[in-house]
Amino acid sequence: MNWQPTATHSTLIKRAKFIAQIRAFFTSRNVLEVETPLLSRNTITDLHLDPFETHFEYAAEERLARLYLQTSPEFHMKRLLAAGSGPIFQICKAFRNEAAGTLHNPEFTMLEWYRLGFDDHQLMSELDELVQLLLNTKPALKLSYQSVFQRFIKIDPLTITLEQLKQTITTYSQDDWLQQESSRDTLLQWLFSMVIEPQLGDDITPCFVFDFPATQAALAKINQTNSQVAHRFELYFKGIELANGYFELQDSKEQQCRFISDNRQREIEGKPQRGADQFLLAALDSGLPSCAGVALGVDRLFMLAAQLPTISQALSFDISNA
Amino acid sequence: MATFSTNQFKAGLKLMIDGEPCNILENEIVKPGKGQAFNRVKIRKLVSGKVLEKTFKSGESVEGADVMDTDLAYLYTDGEFWHFMNNETFEQIAADEKAVADCVKWLVEGDVCTITLWNGNPIAVLSPNFVELEITETDPGLKGDTAGTGGKPATLSTGAVVRVPLFVQIGEVIRVDTRNGEYVGRAQK
Repeated sequence: MNWQPTATHSTLIKRAKFIAQIRAFFTSRNVLEVETPLLSRNTITDLHLDPFETHFEYAAEERLARLYLQTSPEFHMKRLLAAGSGPIFQICKAFRNEAAGTLHNPEFTMLEWYRLGFDDHQLMSELDELVQLLLNTKPALKLSYQSVFQRFIKIDPLTITLEQLKQTITTYSQDDWLQQESSRDTLLQWLFSMVIEPQLGDDITPCFVFDFPATQAALAKINQTNSQVAHRFELYFKGIELANGYFELQDSKEQQCRFISDNRQREIEGKPQRGADQFLLAALDSGLPSCAGVALGVDRLFMLAAQLPTISQALSFDISNA
Repeated sequence: MATFSTNQFKAGLKLMIDGEPCNILENEIVKPGKGQAFNRVKIRKLVSGKVLEKTFKSGESVEGADVMDTDLAYLYTDGEFWHFMNNETFEQIAADEKAVADCVKWLVEGDVCTITLWNGNPIAVLSPNFVELEITETDPGLKGDTAGTGGKPATLSTGAVVRVPLFVQIGEVIRVDTRNGEYVGRAQK
């Protein structure tokens, strides 16, 4: 039986320093550290995110007995912001019910923070400063979603039709299912994951991709001057996705529409419906200050900082002997 | 036959892909933080031996392949088929040229080989890692030469050609690593 940790002792020492550096970065900028619940009666409606569920034996009412482990602290943090917390950050565990792998552990450490009065580009700059500090990188490259597709695949992802997309994909794969796929976004995500992402960010320069298509907006505001894109960005380094951020959606009506549209997609795919988080909607109703927020995978970032080949080696224990 | 979800994919799992049994060599999950997850797998087609990469949408299912490995002793060839026997049940199986493929040059009577069966039919033969074969042809070497110096080619009783040191002579039995076709040493008498 392998009871031994998956990280070495010297890695654990480095990791403790790494986390301390992150805390110092935010403390020096007067960003308040907060903690929010890991257990919640609500969860996300995302089509492609599966939470862990558990049962509370002592719930006040049966309808409150089902609890979810959080997939990210976003909803609770937005409620703090709406309650007037000012800028906040959190280092916490997040849980996703999905396969473990070289870059994935179902339980992982997330750094999430929100800046009032920032837009997505200002937050990218701050994230870039943090990464430069932690990984000793060069200032990050910034490319729009449209321009990475134009650069690496020579297509315009915002205007290309489903049929043209399938035709383009034959250059990269003969897999049958791709030709039968009916979702443009799935095919764009395939090209992004398989072809573009591995080429993003060289050995010393991370790369931001911003202005994701409005159809992949998640919780970002739609761009007012170009409604084809949303104020959403991701950060990549050495071909690895590290962070996802938004100029945050504030409109509760629009938020509700996205929950409903997620659930419609879930129904089409034969997945169970998930209730919209009424607390979040009520908080947005009462007013979320204009802000930008980002979530970053700390284990992955540390794995790159310590030059470890797998996420397991960045964790005291991975899921295989947790 | 059972189907397997991409969640069950792992190295060694046998699947039917494009009508051919395949063995998964590597399975990697490509999961964007937001969006559809994919499995990128490296597979070996078990009949043609080709290695290729495939992707799947995570959550999909693929038909399993009824493939199993069995250890059988090599008996003889009649020129068209190569005959193997299960040393416990004495059941015999005949493999054709396609199944035996390159392994033919390492088949030694009595050696136990791994035979891959698909729906009960042999589709691949894997010889033991080490075999002992007699040298039937090689240039006479210089006495006193001890290994090194590049050696010389020697033809073995099965037709295989390997590089051997200069001092090894016709009629001697040598040990060969079948994975790289390299001379290991003279066989123990």
